[in-house]
Amino acid sequence: MTPPAPRGSALYGGLPEPGAPGLPARILEFGEELRREGVAVGTSELLDAFAVLEQIDWRSREEFREGLAATLAKSQEDRRVFEVLFERYFFRAVEAAAVREGVREQGGIDAELGPGEINLDTLRAQIAAALRDGSEGAMRDLARLAIAAFGRQGEGSGVIGVDVQRIRRALGLRSEPQPELPADDPRRAGLPREALRRFEAMLRRELERAQIERTESLPPARPLNELDRALPSGPLQDLAAVHRVVAQLRRRLATQGHEARGRKRHRHVDVRRTMRASLQTGGVPVVLKYRPQHPRRPEIYVLCDVSTSVTSASVFFLSVLHALHDSFRKMRSFVFIERISEVTDVFARERNFKAVSEAIARDAGVADISGYTDYGRVWSEFRALVEDDLDPRATVIVLGDARTNGRDPRADVFAEVAARAGRTFWLNPEPRLYWNYGDSVIAAYEPYCQAFECWTTRQLEEFVKALARPAHA
Amino acid sequence: MPELPSSPADLAAGLREVGYLPGESTGLVAFLATKLGKPILVEGPAGVGKTELAKALARLLDRELVRLQCYEGLDEAKALYEWNYRKQLLRIQTEAPGTGWREVQDDIFGEDFLLARPLMTAITSEHPVVLLIDEIDKTDQEFEAMLLEVLSDFQISIPELGRVEAATRPVVLLTSNNTRELTEALKRRCLYLWLDYPELEHELAIVRLHTPELPETVARKLVELIGMVRQLDLKKPPSIAESIDWARALLLLGAQDIDDETFAETMSVIVKHRTDLDVVAERVGVKLTGLTGASG
Repeated sequence: MTPPAPRGSALYGGLPEPGAPGLPARILEFGEELRREGVAVGTSELLDAFAVLEQIDWRSREEFREGLAATLAKSQEDRRVFEVLFERYFFRAVEAAAVREGVREQGGIDAELGPGEINLDTLRAQIAAALRDGSEGAMRDLARLAIAAFGRQGEGSGVIGVDVQRIRRALGLRSEPQPELPADDPRRAGLPREALRRFEAMLRRELERAQIERTESLPPARPLNELDRALPSGPLQDLAAVHRVVAQLRRRLATQGHEARGRKRHRHVDVRRTMRASLQTGGVPVVLKYRPQHPRRPEIYVLCDVSTSVTSASVFFLSVLHALHDSFRKMRSFVFIERISEVTDVFARERNFKAVSEAIARDAGVADISGYTDYGRVWSEFRALVEDDLDPRATVIVLGDARTNGRDPRADVFAEVAARAGRTFWLNPEPRLYWNYGDSVIAAYEPYCQAFECWTTRQLEEFVKALARPAHA
Repeated sequence: MPELPSSPADLAAGLREVGYLPGESTGLVAFLATKLGKPILVEGPAGVGKTELAKALARLLDRELVRLQCYEGLDEAKALYEWNYRKQLLRIQTEAPGTGWREVQDDIFGEDFLLARPLMTAITSEHPVVLLIDEIDKTDQEFEAMLLEVLSDFQISIPELGRVEAATRPVVLLTSNNTRELTEALKRRCLYLWLDYPELEHELAIVRLHTPELPETVARKLVELIGMVRQLDLKKPPSIAESIDWARALLLLGAQDIDDETFAETMSVIVKHRTDLDVVAERVGVKLTGLTGASG
């Protein structure tokens, strides 16, 4: 892949092969990259993309991007991946071409523009004003100036992310209000978070550009990792995504088994369809048609581990619980550490996510002495609590890492619970790699339930898809 | 029949004229749909103007709007066509004795006995129409499969009658609230448009368009507040429709400013859940005083 590069480029990945010239080849390559990231781009989508390009002014960046997005990215999730890849792919394509052609920026960052020639205070004020007004063009120009002023004070760290943050700090850009500043300073009331994020992206972009020019090679393109798509940890943004998946979950649970029942066992005659069918026999209703039977509401029992070993995941889990509660009437939720405690009422009463967490911490009384999870005891208590209510219509979902801290897992009790319930699922917030290492005993429970790795919304979606498959598959 | 718009900008301007303020990509995607004859799949939260877009397009193109509202259990008899069996039965009963089965059959499965449902109406219409298939995510997957023939080839196969082909090509919009994943096959045939809550300035323009009499300062504050409320974790965040309703309510009350009292009184216009009301009252009420202090 790497051509004989002039200057120590191997480290940075060198230049890719030029590939076939022209726009069509670029678009096909771009489609290829989207596929690598799991976006379903078929040939028909690509054909549509070309059809679109015939209709629009593709020299306009906006129209080009929106046109491609409308044909290639067909869900919100795909759209997010599309945005990231679009920026990266075309940026790299342009830079690679520029390096090959020997084009260099004139008067750009590499120009000899020392800090002395820029009035730093004016620059700070200008940038803050541009961010407040959200003017894209001004922000882009100022990003270059900012790098010229702060980027090269002999201390460029070589890591772009670090440099970006250093420049941002030097400019005093924050989203929180800074009341110590004079009243006319736009930074005083705090800058819009969104604009700040865009400005950082521009800084990053300009720094990358400069690096590519210096080294005359492209940094290796790394696949988007799970973290890029993982759930943001703020519960508020989280919730929207989780709610969406849970809405799907609800549908799946509500309609599952519906097909299996078929039309045979339906009881009410559908007069309209019967009459319609009777036409084939000259108006004599020989064949009766029945109304479809509505499936009964599913009953759900959710058990959520809230011990310290799953602290990072419990925000995610609590939001799942939260979303489930919005969707299902017949649902009972429990939290557990050493003991189990029913929290259905808390969720029914409280909307505020924080209040729920606090109420659970305060009232649930799930930690006894050690504060370590005791699965064995939890199963026994759960069985005692719901013994009379569990029936084959019930679905039991356990959210936990199956780390028993060396205590007896009591898989036999769990098996009993699972046998009484219709279906049992286990969502484990740890990567599958760590399962059954240390005190993780998920293997003991796996024979009685379907276990899923679940620490991103994507995995939660996979779980939802699995639900669609018939029971006991 | 007016000419089709010749560029995305043209179409966006047209939409503005008929009272719909399109976002960045809306004009472009709508333009592509008219040019390529492909359906648009519009997704987004409830109340961001998905249905309204279809209505505006119909006004702009001066076409009739045919609407198919989807729901669970919707079947082809209600979406495509149905035989008018009452009429057919009457026809059979009035049959003179001695007529053969063949004649009767030819007769009762003719177009006279066909009831056209929205999809059929849309493609057989003499003048091109705008077809809105609303909330497609509410239907079952089987129904989606049935739509495929209509959406890609604009034709309907009726076993007794043969194939009914489109006389004119409708502009098709499908809307979805994203409550379930639509099938790949359906998505492949559509252009995709994601509509989200608009940015502050955009929403302000929309509110001003619908209630021009409301003082600008009040409208701005209203939109800022709505934005703030959307940030909270609510069961049902306020949509654009609710912003407009609120603006109208304030106008009726003759409010010159949104203060604590007005907010508390009119809050129920934008927040529709009892538990949500508590959250909003608690969180926004505090900020409201701060906001007044800063601007005043």
